[in-house]
Amino acid sequence: MLPVIIFIYFAIAMTTLSILVITRKNPIHSVLFMLALFFHIAALYLFLNAEFLAAVQVILYAGAILVLFLFVITMLNLKAEIFTEPFIGEWPVSLAIGSSLLLLIFFSIRDFLKGPVGTYSIEVIKQETNTKILGRVLYTEYLFPFEIASLILLIAIVGAMVLAKKKS
Amino acid sequence: MIPLEWYIGLSSIIFMIGAVGFMIRRNLIIMLVCVELMLNAANISLVAFSHYLQDLRGQIFVFFIITVAAAEAAIGLAILVVLVRNKGAVHTDEITEMKG
Repeated sequence: MLPVIIFIYFAIAMTTLSILVITRKNPIHSVLFMLALFFHIAALYLFLNAEFLAAVQVILYAGAILVLFLFVITMLNLKAEIFTEPFIGEWPVSLAIGSSLLLLIFFSIRDFLKGPVGTYSIEVIKQETNTKILGRVLYTEYLFPFEIASLILLIAIVGAMVLAKKKS
Repeated sequence: MIPLEWYIGLSSIIFMIGAVGFMIRRNLIIMLVCVELMLNAANISLVAFSHYLQDLRGQIFVFFIITVAAAEAAIGLAILVVLVRNKGAVHTDEITEMKG
């Protein structure tokens, strides 16, 4: 019973917070609601036995990416934003497209078939701790994608610097 | 025990809110935030799959998605800063150079 109550709380809170994110006029309010949403997502990861990802979610998303967004918003000084119309004129069309797609997904969820169960059960993970076992899989089975991820980050660093550099 | 379908439902609700937000907002910063929202919705479903199928691949995927999201946010915000510096516009309907 208790897990169901906790899940329903998280579902309602996350839906409300994400609606608040897309409807606030002030961008800073949107980003701060996003921060609360990220903490809820991290708690949901703990609920699903993904401790390392919960920590990464708080440190990387809430600590790095959202601070980057806040920096840019304060740097651009969007005071006039509060007095302008936040939505495009054709917003009911987009809302209709989104809700019909959601309805389609909800109808197809019922026919979902579960695949075969893997070898990493909760007992195995409990014996070796989540972080250790995740690190072993990442550095053996997924070593090549890991190297590609480092290349993507390098391109992002160089690209951001080249773009933001002032032309003399 | 909560059924896996609930997690997929929650994830698809958040994904659709992000997609609708991306379509209806005029402000480019909020549109980038909505992209993050959609990536997070995908992450929730991947972690739920990883837990219910007892396979760690879902969590590894989330790892890579977070990396890509960080790179995307950095480059997107750099483009935004350049756009504001050159055009003074953060709204999508004010940027009409590509319109024929």
